[in-house]
Amino acid sequence: MDLSPQTCLFNLIMMCLAIPARVVTVQQDKACVDFGGVQREVNVTLVKAKVGDYVLVHAGYAIQVLDEEEALETLRLWNEILEAEPPQQ
Amino acid sequence: MAANPKFRDRDLSKRVAQKIQDVAANLGSIKICHVCGTHEWTITHFGIRTLLPENVEVIAGPGCPVCIVPASEIDEAVQLAQENVTITCFGDVLRVPGSKMSLLDAKAEGADVRIVYSVEDAVKMAQHEANRDFAFFAVGFETTAPSTAVEVARNPPENLSFLIAHRVIPPAMELLVKMKDLNLNGFLAPGHVSTIIGLKPYSIFPETYKMPTVVAGFEPLDVLFGVYMLVKQIKEGHPRLENEYSRVVQPMGNVKAQQLILETFDLINGNWRGLGQISCSTLALKPKYLPFDASQKYNVKVEHGVDIQHGCQCHLIIVGKIKPTACPLFMKNCTPQKPVGACMVGNEGTCRIWARNMRIKT
Repeated sequence: MDLSPQTCLFNLIMMCLAIPARVVTVQQDKACVDFGGVQREVNVTLVKAKVGDYVLVHAGYAIQVLDEEEALETLRLWNEILEAEPPQQ
Repeated sequence: MAANPKFRDRDLSKRVAQKIQDVAANLGSIKICHVCGTHEWTITHFGIRTLLPENVEVIAGPGCPVCIVPASEIDEAVQLAQENVTITCFGDVLRVPGSKMSLLDAKAEGADVRIVYSVEDAVKMAQHEANRDFAFFAVGFETTAPSTAVEVARNPPENLSFLIAHRVIPPAMELLVKMKDLNLNGFLAPGHVSTIIGLKPYSIFPETYKMPTVVAGFEPLDVLFGVYMLVKQIKEGHPRLENEYSRVVQPMGNVKAQQLILETFDLINGNWRGLGQISCSTLALKPKYLPFDASQKYNVKVEHGVDIQHGCQCHLIIVGKIKPTACPLFMKNCTPQKPVGACMVGNEGTCRIWARNMRIKT
């Protein structure tokens, strides 16, 4: 499957309410994160984020670290479900 | 950065839609309810309702955090603003109607009302302007409450207090289940709230109410797969709790955020605009944090607020009993430019989402 971690994780969640961003630097409870080119400081008190992680940001606070393996697994499962199960009547 | 097409793949979407058609055939009428404005945006913007079979309906519940703030709490914020307290709030809240005026109206009359990106901005403003009194109007569901808790718990500046209007979603979902005239068959549970609270708070729905429940994400395929998982549960006659959004939502949720909420707030009964009082659905600061409670600090007293203006159908739209297009005011007296009801104000409000996507058949 043609998915780099960046394109995969950056586009997992749409809309402004919670946006995924890549952690660029971390200093205590603050992190500089990259929203696909736009960098901003966010608060990381609520998560254990390290440089390179993708975090879900809501109203200036990272609320979760995203799971890349689960993202790829979701795509794999979707395809599996569609291919494995015959149409039901 | 190019968008990843896989979570919006047209071919995959068609195939899931076909799967839903196959499974839902002969099941009779199925009504699925979501309780998240972002779900409504995805469903409406991408025209997902047009992909579903006629017997599968997805309705929007009370998933817009600013729409359900009762007028009395807007009135409190307006009163504070008029008493020379600087109100800081998220942009969505600004135009939500109070009984007589919104915060934007108060600002137009000279009150100091400022939009912030996060509660942390309010803290910084209060630190920089130590001679002014500030209040942060804390609106939002479980996704937003932890950030308020972070700042309350770390000893904010003395000139900053908090007007807490946070609500929690599961009690509202329970109210919907109990509305027999809604006849719900399943819940599409909100992904970002679940990021914080995890899966356990939803277990009551399949276990007590036999209501299939799937936590789902916000891409079109997330929603379609969520609906597919629900109709499959309905066909199997085996209601259970499933997590479609496992790439973000962990079963236990964000434990640190939950602890902060528990340490900072008590759960009390509270009014929801259009829904009335819901037991244990509202967060209030614990007694040890009362010095930071704006209502107490400034002795704010408001009369019972006017939640629904004459002719407005928000109380029916907010529980999915009618569609926005059935409201006589929709896109006539009530528009995104000049909203009458709260559902037309917030970006997550059902009426506003429908108004912005009217060309799409919903």
